[in-house]
Amino acid sequence: MSLVQDVLAVFLIVSGLLIMLVGSLGILRLPDFFTRSHAASKVDTTGIIFLLAGLAVHEGLTQAMGKLLIAIAFIMVANPVAIHALARAAWNHGERPWANGKSQRKETR
Amino acid sequence: MTNPSESVIIVVVSRALARLIQLFGIYVIIHGHYSPGGGFQGGALLAAGVLLLRMTEGGRASQSEVSTEAAIPLAAVGALIFAGAGLVTLAFGGHYMDYGAVPVPGVEEPVVRYYGILLVEFGIGLAVMTALVAIFDDMVAPDPYGNAVDAAGDRAGTPPKL
Repeated sequence: MSLVQDVLAVFLIVSGLLIMLVGSLGILRLPDFFTRSHAASKVDTTGIIFLLAGLAVHEGLTQAMGKLLIAIAFIMVANPVAIHALARAAWNHGERPWANGKSQRKETR
Repeated sequence: MTNPSESVIIVVVSRALARLIQLFGIYVIIHGHYSPGGGFQGGALLAAGVLLLRMTEGGRASQSEVSTEAAIPLAAVGALIFAGAGLVTLAFGGHYMDYGAVPVPGVEEPVVRYYGILLVEFGIGLAVMTALVAIFDDMVAPDPYGNAVDAAGDRAGTPPKL
């Protein structure tokens, strides 16, 4: 384990944790469904990708690194689509983005 | 719930991901001897692939994978494989699920144990997969007593009543 590999792994893991911290604050602090799901998708996608990339660098050229890279590719595709599906379902059921300091929700039925 | 999604993104990506999830499920079942995993976890992953298609493409599109009618019988077959593999060893004088007791000519005892465990894992995987699909299909089916049937909630596999 070289020094460069260690530094890069720690940098990637700490970046991932920072993104997760910001995203968690966003889930608590933001006003409505769409902004909150925006924050949550950052945690789910970018934060975990950085964390797993840091672990892959820490692991070096092994089989576990290959599995981590496959996991990263899967998360890159699956998570944005999952958030898209959530936001789409919310929109179709009358949820509207928060504006002018209050909810713009439409009553559908 | 059983209607197809109107979003092209969701349908196309879920079609691709369902196959990857099912491939990983098969890997987990077959590799369960050496690594974390086994029949239950692999079966749950296989069911997740089917249910993803059920939710995004509609209940009718994925009937060819596990149909609503076949789910419960297949779960029974899986449980039968699981229990039957154990009972076969009793017939040869071993303990329940003592696969080494089964005399297979020309095959070493550890190899017999290996394939015995694999057969049981396969049975568990089949039972768990089809039982989870059956639970999902039962939840999205309309109430048999006729209370509060959603307009889109007709049972998967049957044509919509107009």
